[in-house]
Amino acid sequence: MRYIEPHGHMVSRTTDDYAAMVTAGCAAVCEPAFWAGYDRKNAHGFYDYFLQLTEYEPRRAAKYHLPHYTWLCINPKESEDTALADDVIALIPDLLAKPNVLGIGEIGLNKNSRNELLILEKHLQLAADHDQLVLVHTPHLEDKLKGTRLILDAIQNFSTLRPERVIIDHVEEHTAPLVLDRGFWAGITLYPESKATPNRAIDMLELYGHQNIWLNSACDWGHSDPLAVPRTALQMRHRGYDATFIDRILYQNPLEFLSQNPRFKL
Amino acid sequence: MPSLPDLQFIAARASLLDLASFLDRVQRHGQDGDYRLEALREALPILLSTGPHRARRILESLSDQSQEPIPAATIQGALGAPKKEPKIS
Repeated sequence: MRYIEPHGHMVSRTTDDYAAMVTAGCAAVCEPAFWAGYDRKNAHGFYDYFLQLTEYEPRRAAKYHLPHYTWLCINPKESEDTALADDVIALIPDLLAKPNVLGIGEIGLNKNSRNELLILEKHLQLAADHDQLVLVHTPHLEDKLKGTRLILDAIQNFSTLRPERVIIDHVEEHTAPLVLDRGFWAGITLYPESKATPNRAIDMLELYGHQNIWLNSACDWGHSDPLAVPRTALQMRHRGYDATFIDRILYQNPLEFLSQNPRFKL
Repeated sequence: MPSLPDLQFIAARASLLDLASFLDRVQRHGQDGDYRLEALREALPILLSTGPHRARRILESLSDQSQEPIPAATIQGALGAPKKEPKIS
């Protein structure tokens, strides 16, 4: 079996996780910039983090023969401080030339505040100005439905951002149709408690189709499983899906989206 | 398609018992007045309904239905159910 992990926060994971993922068939990992679990105090902290994502982490992954790609942004949890966010966004254009950068992400909303929305719009402008792919984080739990609606409306105010170049991640049953119906890609995140379980993810594939959807573990420093994607493949086999179908969902679909950036090569 | 009851009934039964024991537990410890428990009780009839899309409808029931951005984020986390504003009598 082969699969792509299109969303994993590998700076938070161990080398054992790299070994396990590659052993399970992982062909590439993509790491969006995210919240460190604490608020960084200034843009210098982000600059160091961006160097970790673009220089150090690809070298660590290469020791396990795993291609490593990344996305850059300030995440919405730290976007309430708009002065800090402006300083961080100003760092990004020069770093877009790094060879493993795929686009802008994971941007989005967290608590659906005015400042978060303002910084989301600035990221979208950055993506439009530099013709970048976009990876969007949608809020958690009770905030997801409202946040997804606000995000979709914000993106569609940027006429040069084509929906097929934007993936809206962490969809669930109540947001997947909103995303797919507007022509965006949808990411289903497999988490032990929040977001989706393997069975719910497979249900969404049955309900909403197999096009423009990828599955990811979004493994990070919290309660998460870096092998959630291959474990879902096993559940697909239990439910009668064959290897061709599994390959389509777990390998070819993310390959199709990510290959819109010519840097993404396997 | 294999028999889904054969494949998953035991896991669903365990999930149902986990939910029942959680409701017993919070009641036993006097915590069933929490607004999240109220939200859970409001969602339970959807589980018993016969129409499709129960998962989607439960998620919608547990969602903030407002439409405008909030003035500022005062916390960073989410708690699982929207807190309703107290009714002014």
